[in-house]
Amino acid sequence: MKLLIKGGRVIDPANNFSDVADILVEDRKIIASGLDLKATEEAEIIDASGKLVVPGFIDMHVHLREPGLEAKETIATGTRAAAMGGFTGVACMPNTKPVIDNQALVEFIKCRAASEGVVNVFPIGAITKGSDGNELAEIGDMKMAGAAAISDDGHPVMNAQLMRLAMQYASMFDMTVISHCEDTNLVADGVMNEGYFSTIFGLKGISRLAEEVMVAREIMLAELTGAKVHIAHISTAGSVELVRQAKRKGLKVTAEAAPHHFSLTDEAVGSYDTNTKVNPPLRGEDDVKAVKDGLRDGTIDVIATDHAPHTQEEKDVEYNYAPFGMVGLETAVGLAFKELVIPGILSVEELVQKMSVNPALILGLDKGHLTPGSDADITIIDPNLKEIVDVKKFASKAKNSPYDGWELKGLPVATIVGGKVVMYNRALIG
Amino acid sequence: MGLNRKDLLGIRDLSVEEIRLILDTAEPMKEIIGREIKKVPTLRGKVVINLFYEPSTRTRTSFELAGKYMSADTINISTSTSSVVKGETLKDTAKTLEVMGADVVIIRHSATGAPNILSKYISASVINAGDGFHEHPTQALLDMYTIKEKIGGFEGLKVAIVGDVLHSRVARSNILGLTKMGADVRVIGPATLIPPEIEKLGVSPFTCIEDGLRDADVVMVLRMQLERQQKGLFPTIREYARLYGVTTDRLKLARPDALVMHPGPMNRGVEISPEVADGVQSVINEQVTNGVAVRMAILYLLTGGGNPHETIN
Repeated sequence: MKLLIKGGRVIDPANNFSDVADILVEDRKIIASGLDLKATEEAEIIDASGKLVVPGFIDMHVHLREPGLEAKETIATGTRAAAMGGFTGVACMPNTKPVIDNQALVEFIKCRAASEGVVNVFPIGAITKGSDGNELAEIGDMKMAGAAAISDDGHPVMNAQLMRLAMQYASMFDMTVISHCEDTNLVADGVMNEGYFSTIFGLKGISRLAEEVMVAREIMLAELTGAKVHIAHISTAGSVELVRQAKRKGLKVTAEAAPHHFSLTDEAVGSYDTNTKVNPPLRGEDDVKAVKDGLRDGTIDVIATDHAPHTQEEKDVEYNYAPFGMVGLETAVGLAFKELVIPGILSVEELVQKMSVNPALILGLDKGHLTPGSDADITIIDPNLKEIVDVKKFASKAKNSPYDGWELKGLPVATIVGGKVVMYNRALIG
Repeated sequence: MGLNRKDLLGIRDLSVEEIRLILDTAEPMKEIIGREIKKVPTLRGKVVINLFYEPSTRTRTSFELAGKYMSADTINISTSTSSVVKGETLKDTAKTLEVMGADVVIIRHSATGAPNILSKYISASVINAGDGFHEHPTQALLDMYTIKEKIGGFEGLKVAIVGDVLHSRVARSNILGLTKMGADVRVIGPATLIPPEIEKLGVSPFTCIEDGLRDADVVMVLRMQLERQQKGLFPTIREYARLYGVTTDRLKLARPDALVMHPGPMNRGVEISPEVADGVQSVINEQVTNGVAVRMAILYLLTGGGNPHETIN
């Protein structure tokens, strides 16, 4: 199977390349890139003129919900949503039922992904057994089975000593520890950002400090242990500043931001639309600005969606009773263009850095570049294509998105995984 | 004319003109309550449903009487007798009430925003009878009616609200309503029970009750809920009463003719001393009477309106 992608603007930051070029793919690999490549007769040709041809995007924070929560999402539907969103790979969080906390379960995810999935799936293992914050999970075993990182996402490790041990232990395997930073005592039973809007909407607030004290703790532990620590879904101005200082000190601390934290504020909660209920919560205008500044100056390395599917029945309830989370795979690229690229906060090269190069580096994957000989994971984006978001058309099983009806411009038009076209012209293939 | 809206979900959505219309319409309603035969045919053939997910005596009875005085068919559903205990969702309950032909659904719910959600699912009018610690608009309107009746207006009036403002929907609705009408509102309570960024609502917070009560025209006392102490928001009821209880001595700091209000039910000896509750400045019982009148006005205005005098007489 051969594929020739012709005439697109190839953006390959890892190789310092950004210019018009062709890419030739053969047997799952990129075999050449350059001007006026000639295809042999049997090659399929994709005309990419006017489009951006970039190393496949990787969403390093996704909930695929399988095993155990298949009513919300499955590996089959979640990876199709990823393909529609221009992602050639996703890292899936271990808070399934059961929790992915041992080798057998990591292998289960990989098997299901191979048989049911359409994009690469990189399982993330739990830090503690059952993610209950008591004992370390078999981190070494999971690494050998193919876990890309460890995290107790959704269940913050409140015991600082245990987190310290986890960081020391993970360092032996050069694994990144991904921390969902949230002091559960400070959160109490809050449901939205604490401030003016929580006061007038009459909902219990979640202080910014609930995140920031944990970010500060993780940075101090990273300094102590020398571990690679990645701060998930950073949402406050204070957290951004803490990470900025940690980077100045030279610590191995990285951070990600989710599209909803740079495109919406807590004012949106006023509709009592439970699709705005997310953890960490939508914050204030100053926080949104700080997240954008952090993305611009490099403090925030990655854009990741925290794609969190829930059923309509779970979300069609009173705000306090609804689960936290929103889907994000199918709107991420469009929102990044709308909020970051079009206003000039990020260049397209920087966007590729944050959605492909950096996630690959943090997860220790040989991905995120278009070097000849590498896996042919490629995303093609039409920066001028417009579309109105329609949740009913999502490939994801879940429709819990607050962006229904938004017009987005700058959308993925092809997703190529290991040389196979899985999405083309905004439709799944096969 | 009626209110040009389907629902009454909160004071936040109401204009000054709408608040005035409700308060003016409540006046002839109060006259009906004083009659020998308390019944007018205004809402004959209308179905009013009280859907209460939280226990309530005062508000539920007040709405029920308001409907009955105007000849509506009123029905009460409380969580202990409905299919809610069987796990029915608010959405399904709403659909059921809709197809049974409800004209007005009055909802009280412990979850903030439940009335907003209900109003999206049904074409009947929805009245918020208290949701979470969000709003309790009919309580604020009856409080405003009482203030207007006793004092005459709101402009420049100093109103002190004392107690657990953080968890009080009564306080929120009163703050929003009274500031709209031009009053100068202060809130008084322990720092742990003052909502964040409350100043942005145009009110001044006080942690010292003596400072907050000084020269007040109205002292509105909130009910202290005992479970707040259990959550560690203040140490003991005893200390709360000592620091924030409205006593005869403290009341002297307010204007001599200041009104004392309480939405009920009272914890005598905790947030309010019995002498103050039963004193000459207290209008607590009038609040209850006015509650029926104001709710009659709201039911009437939401179901179509017309000149209240013509229809009623």
